[in-house]
Amino acid sequence: MGSVNMESLSPIILSLVTFIPAAGGLLILLIPRRDRDIKLFAFVISILAFVASLHLPVHLHRELGPFGFEIDKVWITSPNIHYHMGIDGISVWLVVLTTFLTPLCVLISWASIHERVKEFFILLLILETALIGVFTSLDLFLFYFFWEATLIPMALLIGMYGHGRRVYAAVKYFLFTIIGSMFMLAAILWLYAKTGSFDFVVIQHAIRSGSVPGFENASLWLFLGFFIAFAVKVPLFPLHTWLPDAHVEAPTAGSVLLAGVLLKMGTYGLLRFDVGLFPEQAHRNAPWIMVLALIGIIYGALVSLVQPNMKKLIAYSSVSHLGFVVLGIFSFTTAGLNGAVFIMLAHGVATGGLFMLCGILYGRRHTYEISEFGGLATPMPKYATFFLVTVLASVGLPLLNGFIGEFLVLSGAFQARPIYGILAATGVIWSAGYLLWMYQRVFFGKVTHEVNNALLDLNLLEKAALYPIAIAALVMGVAPMIWLSAIDPAVQAALAPFTQLASKVVGQ
Amino acid sequence: MLPMTTVTAFSHLLPGLLAQAQTFQPPQLADYMRILPELVLSVFGMLIMVVDPLLDEDSSHQSLGTIALIGTFTALAATFCMAHYPGTAFYNMVRVEGFSVFFHFLVIAIAAVAILSSFEYLKVQRIRAGEYYALILLGTVGMCLMSSAIELVLIFIALEISSISTYVLAGFRRRDASSSEASLKYFLLGSFATAFFLYGVALMFGATGSTNSDAISQVLRSGNVPVLAYVATALMFVGLGFKVSSAPFHVWAPDVYEGAPAPIVGLMSTGPKAAAFAVLLRVMFEANAPGRFWLIWVSAALSMTLGNLGALVQDNVKRLLAYSSIAHAGYLLVAFAAQPELGTSAAMFYTAAYAAMNVGAFAVVSHFANAGEKYVTLDDYAGLGRRSPVLAATFAFFLMSLIGIPITGGFFAKFYVLTAALKSDLVGLAIILVLNSAVGAYYYLRIIVMMYMREPRGEVPVPRVPTAAALAIAVCVLLTFYFGVLPGRVLDYTGQSARQLVTDTAAPPASSAP
Repeated sequence: MGSVNMESLSPIILSLVTFIPAAGGLLILLIPRRDRDIKLFAFVISILAFVASLHLPVHLHRELGPFGFEIDKVWITSPNIHYHMGIDGISVWLVVLTTFLTPLCVLISWASIHERVKEFFILLLILETALIGVFTSLDLFLFYFFWEATLIPMALLIGMYGHGRRVYAAVKYFLFTIIGSMFMLAAILWLYAKTGSFDFVVIQHAIRSGSVPGFENASLWLFLGFFIAFAVKVPLFPLHTWLPDAHVEAPTAGSVLLAGVLLKMGTYGLLRFDVGLFPEQAHRNAPWIMVLALIGIIYGALVSLVQPNMKKLIAYSSVSHLGFVVLGIFSFTTAGLNGAVFIMLAHGVATGGLFMLCGILYGRRHTYEISEFGGLATPMPKYATFFLVTVLASVGLPLLNGFIGEFLVLSGAFQARPIYGILAATGVIWSAGYLLWMYQRVFFGKVTHEVNNALLDLNLLEKAALYPIAIAALVMGVAPMIWLSAIDPAVQAALAPFTQLASKVVGQ
Repeated sequence: MLPMTTVTAFSHLLPGLLAQAQTFQPPQLADYMRILPELVLSVFGMLIMVVDPLLDEDSSHQSLGTIALIGTFTALAATFCMAHYPGTAFYNMVRVEGFSVFFHFLVIAIAAVAILSSFEYLKVQRIRAGEYYALILLGTVGMCLMSSAIELVLIFIALEISSISTYVLAGFRRRDASSSEASLKYFLLGSFATAFFLYGVALMFGATGSTNSDAISQVLRSGNVPVLAYVATALMFVGLGFKVSSAPFHVWAPDVYEGAPAPIVGLMSTGPKAAAFAVLLRVMFEANAPGRFWLIWVSAALSMTLGNLGALVQDNVKRLLAYSSIAHAGYLLVAFAAQPELGTSAAMFYTAAYAAMNVGAFAVVSHFANAGEKYVTLDDYAGLGRRSPVLAATFAFFLMSLIGIPITGGFFAKFYVLTAALKSDLVGLAIILVLNSAVGAYYYLRIIVMMYMREPRGEVPVPRVPTAAALAIAVCVLLTFYFGVLPGRVLDYTGQSARQLVTDTAAPPASSAP
């Protein structure tokens, strides 16, 4: 009985998970403007999406072929666009990460959003659908469709609900991303013009079998076309300048999704499309990309060290952490890729948590300046505990989730070239430095500002938002195999062309 | 003097005409069916003029508007009937085929939405309704005829019918000097442009001995293209380029759009433009005009670049949208440089998608402008998202479509043009298009930013949206959404009719009964 149900669910589950949030968002349109109802409804919808998405990792191992839960229907006949969705061990966790963070975003926004509540939750849910769609699409057109669809809700969330320089930040974010993705669109259309298909699997096969006319000459440009779009999103040094602005001005939920999921769109795109479609170019261009990633790691960490603003500090730490992910991907080693995917998830949880914690403090004091605080452990002990756990997870303390990914990436980088591993390892040290120093300045010592004595500790809603983060950080750190066992086969599949490349070289 | 030269010039035609006169057959019923929408619209247009004096000014707004609306709906039904009579009519002057049926639908639908969004507007601006609606309907007759005429002289007459109505309509806010300026400017430059077109027609006749697009195509395809035909193509392109406001013939557009009544701007930035694009498609692809490629290439590149750069610095929303329409004409022209079949199909889809979003955008602007069109600057839109969430959301939706964000028609339109360009190896134009889209995103975004991210200014009133305008906006939203999510059927249709247009140029000439 149960198994029959599961099988009948298999072809539609991805569509369900993807479109539940947007459908809920449209339903909110119909709800009268009673803020509490809207928040409650948004929460229920996001929990529903989360529960539905849990089906995916549980049953993925039963699916045959490289992609599970595939659905492939003709959307438009000419041009030849398919509604083709499917996930593998890499994307499945990113989907779950998205659905995991969204309910927490609803909870964390409960008290902080008072104005235009209806619009806020509609945008949040539409954003969730677009994000999930990015990870589930296997048709390049569909992918681009969702990719661009994330743009407007996020820009509006920053611009409408953000802080001081929100308009500047929103416009900057929008323009950076759209200009980057235009290049990707051109590359996608070139591939379509030559292969007559937008289907990822078909195009990949066509490229590998060498049946795409003119591919030899164009492959570098195609690689770069995709690369620019993804590098802006990651963001890779020197295209990262939009990120601190966007993070500092965004509302808390916006920051959480931005750091937690949106940045992973870039690294996911690099792994799936840039590496997946153009392995030779990826291999050839890896040295300078890894150098950029290393610069990002170290530069991000150094800038974090001197930030007086808590949120900006965490924003720059994202530049540093995402540098690890890129480094891992372009090391083309099993350990590096596994680690890169694991960092994507771990960073989503830990940094998402840090932004939530920052938002809670901002709700009480309306500032992110580190110098405004000090000795907060006394008035807010529970808050301080959660903060410590999340900081340690982010630093990479063993037994918490940050450690596993960084360790794997570093060992991958060592295999690729020892100097990369050594330089990247300094990033770990730096990150311990800036995060722990920040923690010390904010929480330890005596209360330096009188107002801070009266700060309230966490309330029930905030705890409800933070417990899942802390638990996830711990479980991921203790039992990483739950995640890695699904990630590893997908990573091996992604690496297959490189082992061929390597054996070719050896054979010669 | 003039009659003499005319007679000598056409004297060699006389035997042919005489021969035709002997075998003269009066038009059949099927011939009339093939211009049924035009007939319906003309009848309703005249009906409005007759009824107008019988009504007093206040009550006429509603009733005349309703008659006009019924007229457009009847014309849409008539288009359905017409679609069942494919073939040529009136001695090879008019042809009904997928292509012309498509543009009939489009143009009449645009007119219907423009009429809907005028209901309240006329009352607020205190504009007399009689001639206004009559002119819209009669202008639509011209646009319809432009899309189905295959005889260059008839195309010219149709062009004049539509243009002259639009000249007058542009000046309807006669209490405002800018509107009169718009009308006069449009009229003077427009007449100049049509003269160019006519000159081109004359030279084409000189070069090929015919003014029928099929016959011209046959002559031009048979090899040995006379130099005169190149000149003719260029001159006709100048005339039509003016009508579609493509650079370098675009300078009139911002002033005229700024002064003309907002619903009319919505109409004339889409309706006559769509019709002119239809003519351009016929002249360029069906008649196989020589030397078109570089003309179009340069004009497309210029239109995109100048339009977008011009729009960057505008503070008046109507002017901004005027420059945006220049840019969009450029995107559309990219399709004209592509392979005929791909290009025609892409251009047809683009005109439809562009019509839906632009008419919608102007419906919002005309509602918001208020009496005397006081509120049309960017600053007036500050905080609209807070004061009128629905209106702002729809406007933002249209703007996203103009940028080309997914789930909107504008996205697929641009995407399809880009695909056609890349399939035709127009990498240069494709890159220019992509870069321009990025520039374009900025100024549309400025409006969205104004509406959602700035504090509202107290003194700008937001009147309640009346039913008619709401209906007009809703239709545009739905169509834009439809084009953006399920464009398949429309694309199939445009693809099919494009194939027909491009390959069936040597169709049987006689007006065969269905």
